[in-house]
Amino acid sequence: MTSSVSKGCFVFKPSAKKRRKTPTVEDYFTHGSEDTENSKLRFRNYQILWEKMKADTELLQDELNRKILDSLLAFIRKSVSTFQRGTDDWASRMRAHEIPTAALVLGVNVPDHDMTFQCLSDQLQQSVTPFVVSVQATECAALNNMMQRVLERLMGTSVSVGNEEEPEQRSTNVNQKRVHCSLITLCNWYKAVTKKAASGTPSKKRTSVGKDMQQHPPIVVIFKDLEAFNSRVLQDFILICSRYVEQLPLMFVFGIATSPSTIQHMLPHSVSSLLCIELFQSLSCTQHLASVIDKVILTSQFPFKPSGKVLQVLVSIFLYHDFSVRNFIKGLQLALLEHFHSQPLSVLCCKKEAALVHATELSHRDVERLQQLPSFMRYVEEQGPQEQVELLTSDDHVKEVCQKLLNDLHKYHKNYYPILRCLHILTSSLPKYPLGKQIRELHISCLEKNVWENEEYASAMQLLRMMAKDELTSALKMCAEILKPGKTTKMRAALLQLDNLLAKFDQPDDLAAAENAAGEDLTSRGKGLQKKTDLFQLQKTLLEMKKSRRTKKMSQFEILRDQALEFIDSLVRSHLAPPESQPLYEVCYYSSSAVLRRHLNATPRTSIQTALSNPYHYLKNENLLAEDGTVSNAAPDICIVYKLHLECGRLINLYDWLEAYATVVSAAEGMDPDSADFGKVDELKHARFIQAVSELEFLGFIKSTKQKTDHVSRLTWGGC
Amino acid sequence: MAAQLQHIGYDDKKLQRVMERLPCRDVQASMLLALMGEPEQCSYPSIFIYGHRATGKSHVIHTLLKELELPYAIVSCVECVSVGLLFEQVLLSLFGSDSVSLLSRSPSLSDFVRVYKQLCVQASAKQTRYIVLDRAELLRNMETNLLPAFLRLQELVEDNVTVIMLSEIVWDKFRPNTGCFEPLLLHFPDYSKGELQQILSEDSHPSYSPELYSAFINILLGVFYSVCRDLRELRHLAALNFYKFVEPLEQGKVKEGDTHKLWRNIEPHLKKAMQTVYLREVSSVQWEQQLQMEEKEAGAVRGLSAHAHVELPYYSKFLLIAAYLASYNPARTDKRFFLKHHGKIKKTNFLKKHEKTSNHLLGPKPFPLDRLLAIFYSVVDSRVAPTASVFCQISSLVTLQLLNQVGHDDQLDAPKYKCAVSLDFILAISRTVSFDMVKYLYDFL
Repeated sequence: MTSSVSKGCFVFKPSAKKRRKTPTVEDYFTHGSEDTENSKLRFRNYQILWEKMKADTELLQDELNRKILDSLLAFIRKSVSTFQRGTDDWASRMRAHEIPTAALVLGVNVPDHDMTFQCLSDQLQQSVTPFVVSVQATECAALNNMMQRVLERLMGTSVSVGNEEEPEQRSTNVNQKRVHCSLITLCNWYKAVTKKAASGTPSKKRTSVGKDMQQHPPIVVIFKDLEAFNSRVLQDFILICSRYVEQLPLMFVFGIATSPSTIQHMLPHSVSSLLCIELFQSLSCTQHLASVIDKVILTSQFPFKPSGKVLQVLVSIFLYHDFSVRNFIKGLQLALLEHFHSQPLSVLCCKKEAALVHATELSHRDVERLQQLPSFMRYVEEQGPQEQVELLTSDDHVKEVCQKLLNDLHKYHKNYYPILRCLHILTSSLPKYPLGKQIRELHISCLEKNVWENEEYASAMQLLRMMAKDELTSALKMCAEILKPGKTTKMRAALLQLDNLLAKFDQPDDLAAAENAAGEDLTSRGKGLQKKTDLFQLQKTLLEMKKSRRTKKMSQFEILRDQALEFIDSLVRSHLAPPESQPLYEVCYYSSSAVLRRHLNATPRTSIQTALSNPYHYLKNENLLAEDGTVSNAAPDICIVYKLHLECGRLINLYDWLEAYATVVSAAEGMDPDSADFGKVDELKHARFIQAVSELEFLGFIKSTKQKTDHVSRLTWGGC
Repeated sequence: MAAQLQHIGYDDKKLQRVMERLPCRDVQASMLLALMGEPEQCSYPSIFIYGHRATGKSHVIHTLLKELELPYAIVSCVECVSVGLLFEQVLLSLFGSDSVSLLSRSPSLSDFVRVYKQLCVQASAKQTRYIVLDRAELLRNMETNLLPAFLRLQELVEDNVTVIMLSEIVWDKFRPNTGCFEPLLLHFPDYSKGELQQILSEDSHPSYSPELYSAFINILLGVFYSVCRDLRELRHLAALNFYKFVEPLEQGKVKEGDTHKLWRNIEPHLKKAMQTVYLREVSSVQWEQQLQMEEKEAGAVRGLSAHAHVELPYYSKFLLIAAYLASYNPARTDKRFFLKHHGKIKKTNFLKKHEKTSNHLLGPKPFPLDRLLAIFYSVVDSRVAPTASVFCQISSLVTLQLLNQVGHDDQLDAPKYKCAVSLDFILAISRTVSFDMVKYLYDFL
């Protein structure tokens, strides 16, 4: 087979047998852990949890997109029907033929849009038209590329651009009619296809599509990222399309990341007048994030919880850097994976029933780990001496207690989230949002410490004490709604109490009665006043009256309000304690935010500097270990050169540098410092030095300069 | 009128029909006919016709050639993404579908000439052939020999062929450096107001009298003539607003003769149309809906430019602010704005003579990445690690066209950028992060 005349390079793929089995994700996960069973179990936990999370978030995103997609589909259907109406009436004959265009504003994170567009084209293909094509700016650098992409994807065949030679194809089928990349081709193809569809079997795959749709299904072209398109290319494409708009029911969808006025910036009036643009605005990405957090994090459904710091890292990456919900979910996945990978006790982090079963099956090692958990140790200390001994010696007893604690932890979560929501509802309408506008801010502050010890909490409560009746009752009613689905006894009791309070708020009669009583009291005191004649006495009674009036001023509503707030306060104090207070919280909470930050928010510059100044950090070679701030002689050349250059000023004399380098390297080679050759520059050292210097230049630490001969200039400041 | 159009060689009836279809363009049409001469006569090699949009260039040529049944090919250059496509379309319309197979896969000009000659011999025509190239200005961007070759195609193919070029720009902008054959120039002037009125009145609504429609057109032109003389656009606007115009008639409030009342009814709508639908702020479909909805919900549809707000990540906002400052402040003044102890330096000390004009009038200036980052770190209030995502944001700002990269796209070493947003935009952005932009701008010192 290889006995060909021509010279060439042949690739032989190894046969399937020889090839080693590629390791699966699970292998990577369990690699390096001493307890394979345990880590396999953890991996399974992780998979189950992630699948569920993924499905949930996808469902949520579908739901969020639905509204905008529905209106878009309606728009496209409507445009189809106007196309079909044709040139019958006067107005449509007279009107310029515009291409219906939907401007879809999707927010600045472009990679996030892929899913929306996928969803859109799927739905279009299902219910409106089989002819949907999406193009991206990167594949449409020139007009002919763009035409080629559009035609290829629509017609499902390869279309020649005309200027590339494809000799193979030509030799094989000479008779085949060449397909040129023009809209005439598309027009003919479209006519043929629609004719076939009309005469052929209509039950083919578009049975659900309406009859009128079948005759002239529109051709929808989706421009995924309008801003990135070359405006010249886009203009030409639109001009060409507009020439055929009477024969082809063309339709555009513009994916816009910034604002709709970009269309006007990109297209001159002569081109934009060919379009009939309608605007569709999607949900803002911050709202999107809020609903994702609501669904995935603020729920007791998932046993995995990110700690306050971790959540803060994820949210700040979102808010400060990318606005990408997809990245947020990816980050959450990473946290999930890290948690199950690094925490052996995360076997217990799964559904309650499964967790209880796993708790009984804990190995001795795991029990030891359990006993070493800080939260468990704290729990042990709180127990009586007898119990303490039991907990530290008997594995079985620990397992039993562990089950009980797991149960408690689940209950804690079940109570925590409804109360969090209630508190958020009450405080989110306050001026200046003392506890945060978004529920995630409140959640984070609750995770960090006792929320009721915050100053903000106190001020929020003070503001709540001044709330008007209708506002307060409506908020409390909403709280009752939230508490309703709660199944724990505590939640039910809370609901009952809240309902009682609400019922009292609704009784206006009591209020009047109470006011009457207060009035009577006042007049009786007034009588007492008349008797007194002493000035001092008078002053005293007046002061008393004033004081009492102030206290008396409390109407029935105010008393009730105080009661309600006290009730809420008690709920907060009993249920919103931070998770650190719960024993075994380490099982569910992932808290190494630093790891997450390092992975998600890479700092290339810092990494390079660490590598150069402390090579041991990456190379893990014992020889490189050195005292703080110094570099061992055995370090790679570039590290030595880097270290030496830190000692220089803005301009570095290359020769001095070389000398210094040679001295260090000679010391590393173990030369006798007193010998004549010590620190002498030989060819090899010279070459190594040149290489290291050019590497530094490549990394951007130095550059050549014309200011002084034989000098280079430093590009960074500071040093040792 | 038709009396002037007695041209030998053409059927009088046909000429009559042509003239009916070409209102207000009879001077140009007769000139063209004179140039074309009798069908069998040899004609001038190339004619260049120019005039603004919608002045009837294509329409006149198309009608003439079609109605007089002459052999012709009309090609729009904007469609021809490759030269091959252009040649193919010409051959297709002149010689039928078989001719195309003679062309090679990616034909050159000489291929085209060869094939043309070959086909000419086979089917030699007595009449002049016409090749019409619409939007001929695009020929300049194609291969350099194309335009000169088309101008003297008659000589090259040795056939009685005339190339007619249509364009919106004048011939002076076409003339190549190397010189070329000069075509005959023919200008199509804009339609005057009266001519527009005459043409637009012709397509009256079948259920209303032509006089009424003519009155409507009169009102329409009164509003729009000052901003728009594009026939196509005016016709579109007429169609969109006519139903609103006749609405009082339909309801029986006004009689047909009462033009003043009709005018009072329609004028505000037309004025509004000028600001919205004409500028494509509001699409025509939305406009029609809006008209049907009555004044109750007037202003319900917001134009495209009303949605100027852009949501950006926090650091992107500061990067954009930094880019704006770097683009509009001279680099010398950075010290004054971003150093803590700059001392008191007045603007007059800085002022150089040529900098007296506002930087905002001169437009954004390019700045290197280093300067952008230096300003960024000093304006952002918290400590920011130089993470990869900060750099990512710069490139995503470039794709969003809020920043422009100056020079090559693949420049790795010290790329330069320009800020591409307006002052209003950046002020809105800086308000959201409560950054006092004006305090940092040299122009507003």
